Amino acid sequence: MDDVFKALADASRRSLLDRLHARNGQTLNELCDGLAMTRQAVTKHLAILEAANLVTTFKHGREKLHYLNPVPIHQIGERWIRKFERGKLAALGELKRQLEKRDE
Amino acid sequence: MSKPEFVYTTYIETSAEKLWHALTDGDFTERYWFGHRVASDWKVGSPYRFTHQSKPPHQGKVLISDPPTKLAYSWDGCSEDSKRERTSRVTFDIEPRGKVVKLTVTHDNLDEGGKTFRDISGGWPMVLASLKSLLEAGHPLDIDPSPATRKEAAHA
Repeated sequence: MDDVFKALADASRRSLLDRLHARNGQTLNELCDGLAMTRQAVTKHLAILEAANLVTTFKHGREKLHYLNPVPIHQIGERWIRKFERGKLAALGELKRQLEKRDE
Repeated sequence: MSKPEFVYTTYIETSAEKLWHALTDGDFTERYWFGHRVASDWKVGSPYRFTHQSKPPHQGKVLISDPPTKLAYSWDGCSEDSKRERTSRVTFDIEPRGKVVKLTVTHDNLDEGGKTFRDISGGWPMVLASLKSLLEAGHPLDIDPSPATRKEAAHA
């Protein structure tokens, strides 16, 4: 679990996860496109995310595709969120999202 | 194969044989798959069926059965909306890695943005986290899915 927290404690890596969340199954080239990061930096960050099992790669023909793997994040949530809190937290999350949307 | 829409991975402290059993045995799936029991003879071409006390059954066909390393079956959405969508495919790859087993779940041939696509994207992480917990700690996750996620879990 330390790996997951370390991997998430970096804005560049979180932005890579955001990009995969927006569109799953991207190649390294697609992920680098439009990012203010060198290819080497993206490769390094992806290796850390993969080691933490937050990103899974899949060989598709000659391409290596990257997928967001939310399973470890789900396990973190399960560790501290109790059964009865689930509904309330979902409601709070939705309230926050709606209010902040209105402010934009 | 088309480019898969979802690829999920989890590492579980167990053996490939136990994991295969967990994926194919109804008594086992009922515990971590939120009450869904699976049944099949797990031969290629045979039907499989998920049943639940209070939900309509879910069924499909076994496409690959290579115990204890690879299992694939067809997947159709359960709701009316998803009936018009094409049949998708779920593949389980089991790879022993020293003391742990790497489980990769690939879901492909889904209609992007379709009903099944939306339903399963929340469901698989929940099912896999619960499976890992059952095999490692001996009990499934203490999840009481909210109405929305309960539906996802039922479809995943």
